[in-house]
Amino acid sequence: MKTVFSRMAIATSFVCATLVYAGRAQAEDFFTYASGKLLLTGGVSQVEGAAGGGLTPWAVIGSYGSRDQTGANAYYTTIGTQDYKITSYGALIGIHDRVELSYARQDFDTQQVGAALGLGAGYTISQDTIGVKVKLTGDAVLEQDSWLPQIALGAQFKSNKNGNLVKALGARDDQSTDYYISATKLLLAQGVLVNGTLRATKANQFGILGYGGQDNTYHLQAEGSVAYLVNRHLAVGAEFRTKPDNLGVAKEGAAVDIFAAYALNKHLSLTLAYADLGNIVTRRQSGLYVSLQGGF
Amino acid sequence: MKSVSLGVMAGMLLFCSVPAFAQTHPASAPSAATAPVISSDGKLYADFGGHDGLVALMDDFMVILLADPRTKDFFVAVDQTRVKVELVSQFCQILGGGCTYTGKDMKTVHAKLGVHQADFLALVEDLQIAMDRKHIPFRAQNQLLAALAPQHRDVVTEP
Ligand code: HEM
Repeated sequence: MKTVFSRMAIATSFVCATLVYAGRAQAEDFFTYASGKLLLTGGVSQVEGAAGGGLTPWAVIGSYGSRDQTGANAYYTTIGTQDYKITSYGALIGIHDRVELSYARQDFDTQQVGAALGLGAGYTISQDTIGVKVKLTGDAVLEQDSWLPQIALGAQFKSNKNGNLVKALGARDDQSTDYYISATKLLLAQGVLVNGTLRATKANQFGILGYGGQDNTYHLQAEGSVAYLVNRHLAVGAEFRTKPDNLGVAKEGAAVDIFAAYALNKHLSLTLAYADLGNIVTRRQSGLYVSLQGGF
Repeated sequence: MKSVSLGVMAGMLLFCSVPAFAQTHPASAPSAATAPVISSDGKLYADFGGHDGLVALMDDFMVILLADPRTKDFFVAVDQTRVKVELVSQFCQILGGGCTYTGKDMKTVHAKLGVHQADFLALVEDLQIAMDRKHIPFRAQNQLLAALAPQHRDVVTEP
C-alpha cells in the first residue's frame, strides 16, 4: 500500500511538474522545446509503458530526445469496458534515441465480476512491468529514401501482484518476461506510419491473468499499427494485437483499437481510442481508451 | 529465471553501447546536385506558390531560424541573402519547378558547421512552421520534407 502510494505520488508530481512546464511553454510555435524529435514521432505510451501505439510497442525510442539528448515522459491511461476498469500509468526515459527504459503499473478492477467470483466487488489485479528497448538500426523518420524500417528489440519484465489468484485460475507463474522485435517506418510523403511487432510471451491477458497455463512455453504473437498523419498535431490509426489463448478457464482473443492521438506540443498529448480487447473471462470487452502523456 | 532476465537486460545495454554498431553508413551519400525531382506536373510547385511563393517562404524561414535559439548561431554571420537564393533554387528543383540548383554541394557547405541531429530537426521544425504560415498543404509539405530528410547524411556531422 505504501509503495503504491509513493509510486502514485511520484507519477503525479511528475505529471504536475510537466503540466506546469507545458503551461508556461505555451504553444510550440517557437522554442518551447528543448528536445529534438519532431512532434508525435516518439509515439505515445502503450499499455505496458513502452513508446508505441496504445496497444503495441513501436521501434521508436520514447520521448523527444534526439541522438544527442535524453528525454522522459509519464502517462496515465484508463480503459472502461463492459465489466472492467483498467488503469495504467508509468514513465519512461529515452536515452540518445537509442535506449528506452520504462516502468508501468496496470490495475485491473474487476468491479462486479469480482463479486460474482467471490473475490469481492472491485477486486483489483495489478501488474508491474519494467521495460527496456534498444534501437538496432534504421531511422523511421529520416531515412526517407530507403525502405529499411527502424528496428528495435525489447523486453518487458512483468510481475503480477496477485499470484495466488492467477495461479488458482490456472496460470503457472506470477513473473515472466516478454521479448519483442518491432519494425517501424514513417512514409512521410504519404503521411503514413506503419509498425509491425513480433512478441514472444507467456502472458495471459497482457499478464493480468499471470503467465503460462495449459502449457508453459513462449507463444509467438503478431501485433501491428497503422497511423495516418492528419496534420502536425494529429494522427489517427488502428492497431491489433494477438494474444495467446492458453488459460483453461476462459477463452482469450485478439485486441484491436482505432485511435486519435493529439499532441498539443512536445510536453502534452492526449490519445483517445475505441478498444476491443477481445474476450476477458466473462465476455468480449470493449470501450473507451483515454490516455494523457506529459514529458520533456 | 530472474537472473536470465537480468542477463538479457545487461546484454542489451552492452550491445547498444558499442558505438560502431550505432552508426548506419549508407553506401551512397546524396548531394544537392542529385536531390530528387519529386514532381513533374507542376502541381507541387504550385502548392508552394511557384517562384514568388518560395521566395516569400524563405524570407519567413530565415526570420524564424534567426529567432530560434537552437538555430540562430548558425545563421547570424552568414550571407543570408545567398543562402535564401540557393534554397529557393534547390527547393524549386526538387518540387519540379524546372530550376537547376546553382549552389555548392551539401556536404561541402555544411562540412565545418558542426551540425548535430537535434539542430537538423530544429531546422526542419522551423521550416514546418514557415510552411504552415504560408498555408502550404500538409501533404505537399511532407513530400518536400521526405525529399530533404535523407540529406541529414551530408548535413549532420556530429555524433
Ligand atoms: C535538409 C536540410 C538542409 C538543406 C536542404 C540545406 C540547404 C542549404 C543550402 C542550399 C545552402 C546554400 C549553399 C550555398 O551557399 O551554395 C545552405 C547553407 C547553409 N546551411 Fe544548410 N541546409 C540544410 C540543413 C542545415 C542545418 C540543419 C543547418 C544548421 C542548423 C544549416 C546551416 C547552414 C548554414 C550556416 C549555411 C551557410 C553556410 C555558408 O554560407 O558558409 N543547414 N544550406
